[in-house]
Amino acid sequence: MFEVTRHEEMAQGSIIRLDLIAPQIAAKAKPGQFVIIRANEFGERIPLTIADSDPYSGIITIIFQIVGKSTALLRAFKAGDYIKDVAGPLGRPVEVDKVGTAVVVGGGTGIAILHHVTKAVKEAGNSIIGILGARSKDYIIMEDEMRLLCDEMVITTDDGSYGIQGFVTAPLQEYLDERFDIKLVYAIGPIIMMKNVCNLTRKYNIKTMVSLNPIMVDGTGMCGGCRVSVGGKTSFCCCDGPDFDGHAVDFDELEKRNNMYLKKEKDALLFSIR
Amino acid sequence: MLDYDVKYLKYKTYLNTYCPHCNKSFNVKDKDNDVLIYKGRINGEDLEIKLSPYLDVFEVETSKPLEQDAVLDDLLCPSCGQSLIDPDTVCGECGSKVGKITISAFSKLLPFFVCLKYGCEWHGLTKADERNIKLKIPRQEMPEQDQKLRVHNFLEVPYGLTTELAQLEAGRCLQCTNPKCVEGCPVEVDIPAFIKLIRDEDYEGAARKIKEKNVLPAVCGRVCPQEDQCESKCVLGMRDAPLAIGNLERFVADWAMKMETVKAPPPPQRLNKKIAVIGSGPGGITVAADLAQLGYAVTMYEALHEPGGVLVYGIPEFRLPKSIVHFEIEYLRKLGVRMELNSVIGALYTLDDLLEMHDAVYIGVGAGLPKFMRIPGENLCNVYSSNEYLTRINLMKAYRFPEYDTPMPEGKNVTVLGGGNVAMDCARNALRCGANTVTIVYRRSRKELPAREEEVRHAMEEGINFRLLTNPIRFIGNDVNWVKGMECVKMELGEPDESGRRYPIPIEGSNFTIDTDLSIIAIGTGPNPLIFRTAPQLERNKWGYIVVDEETMETSIPNVYAGGDIVTGSATVISAMGAGRIAAKAMHRKLSSEK
Repeated sequence: MFEVTRHEEMAQGSIIRLDLIAPQIAAKAKPGQFVIIRANEFGERIPLTIADSDPYSGIITIIFQIVGKSTALLRAFKAGDYIKDVAGPLGRPVEVDKVGTAVVVGGGTGIAILHHVTKAVKEAGNSIIGILGARSKDYIIMEDEMRLLCDEMVITTDDGSYGIQGFVTAPLQEYLDERFDIKLVYAIGPIIMMKNVCNLTRKYNIKTMVSLNPIMVDGTGMCGGCRVSVGGKTSFCCCDGPDFDGHAVDFDELEKRNNMYLKKEKDALLFSIR
Repeated sequence: MLDYDVKYLKYKTYLNTYCPHCNKSFNVKDKDNDVLIYKGRINGEDLEIKLSPYLDVFEVETSKPLEQDAVLDDLLCPSCGQSLIDPDTVCGECGSKVGKITISAFSKLLPFFVCLKYGCEWHGLTKADERNIKLKIPRQEMPEQDQKLRVHNFLEVPYGLTTELAQLEAGRCLQCTNPKCVEGCPVEVDIPAFIKLIRDEDYEGAARKIKEKNVLPAVCGRVCPQEDQCESKCVLGMRDAPLAIGNLERFVADWAMKMETVKAPPPPQRLNKKIAVIGSGPGGITVAADLAQLGYAVTMYEALHEPGGVLVYGIPEFRLPKSIVHFEIEYLRKLGVRMELNSVIGALYTLDDLLEMHDAVYIGVGAGLPKFMRIPGENLCNVYSSNEYLTRINLMKAYRFPEYDTPMPEGKNVTVLGGGNVAMDCARNALRCGANTVTIVYRRSRKELPAREEEVRHAMEEGINFRLLTNPIRFIGNDVNWVKGMECVKMELGEPDESGRRYPIPIEGSNFTIDTDLSIIAIGTGPNPLIFRTAPQLERNKWGYIVVDEETMETSIPNVYAGGDIVTGSATVISAMGAGRIAAKAMHRKLSSEK
């Protein structure tokens, strides 16, 4: 059992932050890794990226968007409640070298994960350009935290209610055209955003890392449910990822595999409402 | 179902008895009941003795009251008056004189002995006759759930032996002085001893006897391939069917579980040594139980949220009810074993961390990496590995969706690739999840199917199709990337390969497609790399399995032991337990010598 110490709602209640007491995980967790959470006896095992971890206080932070039954269930956990199972830290941590300047691109909830990754990119000695995107002003999260890490930052919104109107690819293209010291792009967000970023950077031949979020069961490489095609080969996201070279990832396949249970997800929600 | 001759040994057996001298029957109609009437003599006095003709109702009625334990001087035939006493035989229980009469059994007249001591219930045939009769009792099979009904539920298929069937089956055992069956058991359960205890109706003793060597009798009684192990060595098997040792083991274990009689032994003296067991499957359970009983402080690390390993995520409910696994795990807890769930070794702790915290480590993580076919279209939606499919249904209880949150994979025309026990499990699961047709696709022939005969029989009974000598070469998807078919090629068998099985060769131009909307790949597993990432110094063979010293199961790292599938590749529950037993002994030897 893992105690929740903090519950915070962001982006109009669509994104939730939970702090959990998990000292062993906090001691080992590195940016980019994730945990598998099962909220209660009846729950599903879902992978959630560790958004922050503090080995001294033994607390890990998870930030997630409410997309289905399991995440809706987790929303109900308030400070003092206990989550049944948390397993981790799983997956390979972010590995970055000092390359010069890196662009970090985050969309929606992806910004939460990006924040942890950006810390690692920064620690490696890189200067950082941040591009954050969301539907509208209310859905931009962790802006202040990101500003602390980034040397330059641009914000885009779909409706133009904050920052530049449009998608993250527009300012990214501008940077790629202007700056020749950009050697690395890190993109974390919705699949469509990562795909578009990769299509853009491919033209400039700039290494682009993405963090994938396929459906998982055990998260330890046992089931193979999270397989993704990378460079024509099948990789297990839980063991080989979650970060991959975005230019090699088959995003279309991933998107379709992620939608596999959409109907079931509705059934589950309807069942819980009844 | 049972013919009269067989029933002789058991309940309500009506005996026809005769005088060996004059061949007159002792059976007399007395009012409403039949009785056997003899003439007895004690202290020079004659008296009439009435006996029930039913073997299990041993009531003696005498015309004069007799004291308990009084021994008749003589037993006489009421017709010819000759003595029935057999001077060459004494009672097997009290050593008194015995009378010899003739009974008819097996359309033959056989000598039968009755003790002359009042109150002693000993009676029986000669050893040789008893043996001959036992050889004639057919093997007793377990009653099973109806094949039409069972495909609609997840309840266990065989119901287990009833007490009567178990008695009858146990009666078949020859109690060999040099039992071969024990040699066939990887954990060396004293089989004749526990069978004898069943016969004596001491089921509790029988359960304890098994538990001495096997911590998971209820599990092994169900999933062990006994036909290749103990039962393959049974002497009865040479003439007829071998003794149903597995079914009897299951009977005893279930009895003990229902009666809750088997208690954990009292805690031994603590040894102040700590053991880490990685993986809570059958191998890990054996190591943990053995060492905990010796006084070690054992901690078990399990990556999933429930202990039991393959017993909870792999083997389906209808073959091994989860309540049984929970019961056995509870026993382990009573022995003082600590369980650390959600602990992925290689992530939460490294092997070095564990060595620092403990005196020795046992790696029993199994072969937890699914193999895929490496054919096009394998990543289409609704193509699963057997591991994922079974984990969803067993561990996550997806068959009870939406009560449980994990969605159940659904398909109307299900194909299962592979021919092992896991493939049978997947196919039978799919049927219970509402599939219209389930087809097993296997590249060799019926003879080479690696699954247990019983599993294949169950699958066939339930209406699962077998497409043998068929190999898939590509999955075909629809416009939304869901699998809709599978292109296959027909195979023929060539020369035997290194495994001794004839190698399948594709027949050119024999391609055809099978319609399928859910495909499960059950072609085996390999070693999961997770634990080795943080322990590169651990020596492994070319397939990635851990190299161990076969005598001790110690790995290339001192005080780190390993066994089960992670050493041998996919095998059975009991072989993992056998390896665990060897390792536990070796660990104890090593740790108790270094002080």
